[in-house]
Amino acid sequence: MEILFYIAAAVTFLATLRVITHVHAVHALLYLVVALIALSLIFYLLGAQFAAALEIIIYGGAIMVLFIFVVMLLGPLAVEQERTWLSPSAWVGPCILALVLLGEVGYLIASGDHPTMAVAEPRQKAISIALYGPYIIGVELASMLLLPGLIGAYHLGRRLSSEARSC
Amino acid sequence: MLSLLWLIPVLPLAGFLLLALCGGRLSRQQIAWVGCGSIGAAAVTTALVAIDFFSLFPAREFYQQTSWNWIDTSGMTVGISWYLDALSLLMVAVITGIGFLIHLYSAEYMAHDDGYARFFAYMNLFVSAMLTLVLADNLLLLYLGWEGVGLCSYLLIGFWYREPEYGTAAQKAFIVTRIGDTALAIGLFILFTQFKTLSIQQVQSLATEAWPVGSNVAMIVAMLFLIGAVGKSAQLPLQVWLPDAMAGPTPVSALIHAATMVTAGVYLIARMHHLFELAPMVQEGIAVLGLVTLLLAATSALVQQDIKRVLAYSTMSQIGYMFLALGVGAWPAALFHFLTHSCFKALLFLAAGSVIHSLHHEQNIFKMGGLRRHLPWTFWTFLIGAAAMSGVPLITSGFYSKDWILWSVWSSPLSHRWIWFGALLGAMLTGLYSFRLIFRVFFGEVRTQPTGESGLAMRLPLVVLAFLALTVGFLEMPHTLGNVTLFSQYLSHALPTTTLLPGMDESSEVREQLAVTIAALLGIGLAALLFLPGSLFGARETDQSTTHPSMTLLQAGWGFDRLYDRLFVQPWLAATRNSSDMVDRGYEWLAVCAESCHGWLSHTQTGQVRWYAASIAVGTLMLLGLFAM
Amino acid sequence: MLSTPALVLAIILFGLGLIGLLSRRNILYMLLSLEIMLNAAALAFIAGGARWGQVDGEIMFLFILTLAAAEVSVALGIVLQLSHRFRTLDADAFCEMRG
Repeated sequence: MEILFYIAAAVTFLATLRVITHVHAVHALLYLVVALIALSLIFYLLGAQFAAALEIIIYGGAIMVLFIFVVMLLGPLAVEQERTWLSPSAWVGPCILALVLLGEVGYLIASGDHPTMAVAEPRQKAISIALYGPYIIGVELASMLLLPGLIGAYHLGRRLSSEARSC
Repeated sequence: MLSLLWLIPVLPLAGFLLLALCGGRLSRQQIAWVGCGSIGAAAVTTALVAIDFFSLFPAREFYQQTSWNWIDTSGMTVGISWYLDALSLLMVAVITGIGFLIHLYSAEYMAHDDGYARFFAYMNLFVSAMLTLVLADNLLLLYLGWEGVGLCSYLLIGFWYREPEYGTAAQKAFIVTRIGDTALAIGLFILFTQFKTLSIQQVQSLATEAWPVGSNVAMIVAMLFLIGAVGKSAQLPLQVWLPDAMAGPTPVSALIHAATMVTAGVYLIARMHHLFELAPMVQEGIAVLGLVTLLLAATSALVQQDIKRVLAYSTMSQIGYMFLALGVGAWPAALFHFLTHSCFKALLFLAAGSVIHSLHHEQNIFKMGGLRRHLPWTFWTFLIGAAAMSGVPLITSGFYSKDWILWSVWSSPLSHRWIWFGALLGAMLTGLYSFRLIFRVFFGEVRTQPTGESGLAMRLPLVVLAFLALTVGFLEMPHTLGNVTLFSQYLSHALPTTTLLPGMDESSEVREQLAVTIAALLGIGLAALLFLPGSLFGARETDQSTTHPSMTLLQAGWGFDRLYDRLFVQPWLAATRNSSDMVDRGYEWLAVCAESCHGWLSHTQTGQVRWYAASIAVGTLMLLGLFAM
Repeated sequence: MLSTPALVLAIILFGLGLIGLLSRRNILYMLLSLEIMLNAAALAFIAGGARWGQVDGEIMFLFILTLAAAEVSVALGIVLQLSHRFRTLDADAFCEMRG
């Protein structure tokens, strides 16, 4: 168990280090995805399966996809050395780190040693009850935060498209 | 039907909202329908409410209704609540009835004006505010109406805002009445701190219990209320705004500056009569104030050249009579004069408007003349109005109300003989200046060719008001003549009855009535002697010969404008000019400080996001370090 | 328990994110660094929740997730605007607000 945690932590650390030192945006994003997946494994090991799943689905999925879209939209600014992206060396690092994580997950499944499976179900229930009980104000605030986020993003994007049309 | 009471102020408000929000999209005819219709509906509602009110009247003296809570905090509850008794019903009836006639008149009078919708919107708002004022159950709601009518007065005086001097007149009216409003507000605060309530009835019953007659607090509060009333009703020393307020359209002068708003002060004093009875000195002050105002205004009215200014001064003078009656404790008499005055003064203004309308907005009476044959309807109605104002005996309402006031002044224990003689002189002057107008405008040779009589919508209100000006007086006749006491019986459920001095019998009343009659007729006769064509001043083309200093003083309304300019405006301007450096230096120092601080701190504003992020991080670290210690 | 090493990892990740935020001039990388810092904070909450066996840590994670989603959507919109206006992604170039 502990050794799994330390391996995942090392993967997170290395991937994060590459994120902030890399030159190419898409590569950095790939490393960030790997770091997030490693982090979700750590969440799982800490007994927070729900958080682990959300980390992969929303962070590693939705938010990173947004980033990638924007990098694509930025066009030549971000894609200065587009050709080098396809070189194998760019893929090696993330691939190795991802394989390490895959190994860990495989070991976890094979060993059948699920640290918190027994208490999983009441835990989800407790989260939901707490979320809509004492934390209801927080949920309301979060919804109020998301709405301006939506409107702001729409507004910023709309002005962009109208300017592009007028240009 | 009494439960419809709340509709009375709300209907004109609805008319205002409709006209203000979509007046631009309506045709002129629709605007007139909305503007007059809302007031007409309010008048009909008033009639329904009145029928229901009278069905139970002597048994149930008042009716209270709370529409909803306005302010509800701990220690203070103010409701939008209405209070209907004999006094407020009288006011409401006058406001909606005469208001409707004036709206009808304006539908034609203003027909060619650009701001047709705006005009009716303001007028409807005014009626709504005035009804709120008189129907209010608590002083705060009354104050809301009080400010509302002030605002509408301002808006309507400056209705033709493209003329700068009209705008100035509007500002003058607004600012001068503001002095009174401030005093009234302070009075409200004192009452609230004393009694923790603003309900008019509760405040007065608590005040009569808590304060002995003549106590200081009662005097101060009554004084503040009096200043408020004086400002609104254009009495000395806050009377200067009313003559200038004639800048507004004539129907506005008729509605606001003759029939309703300027009598709000009379209503306020009558409504708070328990309070004023606790302060006999203030009450005596009211009487003296009324007397002085009525004499000053009457003498000024004698020499004015503008037909509307004559009427403005006469309004001040007649309200002076009402104040005089209030001051000597003749509450019903004051209200009776209010009723008759609303009828004949609205009539006079509307008839004057008809004259002005047919003479292409000529207002100088020295350029008028001989209109008797050209404008017969206007002439006869104007004549009735002037006769009522002068108090022509037996046939006009003005006689009965003025006689009642003078009889009360004569017989009241609160009065003095010299007040009565002053009031009698005023009655004589009233006849003189009213008929000076008649002889100048309608007799002699034609100086400006009129375009002809106005249409039905303008004539109908004139005829109705003329009828009222003649007949309203029969509601109350002295017991030497007919002995009708409908009005005083009706009001005795809301106001205390007049007390008489001992030894006032019929013979002294007859003598007093004879004096009033003679005074009025003397005034009219004098006017005929002086101003009829072919008489002493009758043939005079213009008023240029009256350059005598006393004449100019009278024309300027005894020069109060100049006095206030010297007393308040000039010293203030001088003070601001001289001491500006001293005060400014302090502020300049603040500005210099702020500027130098800005100079240092602006270096931290590099505009670079990373710098800001770093400073946030460092700040957080420092805070954490503080917590760690 | 794993909580203590997890907290140490959170500190390390947060420091890395902060370094990235302060050292990179490309605004896109600054955003990525921000995401790392947010994740480090989330990790700290999860670790705390695991240490005390309570759900509050995960709930805070949910809120961080919401915040990140809103922040990223607006921030990326701004990045697109800036890149169109200035034709660069250099954060130091956007210094028109210099005092």
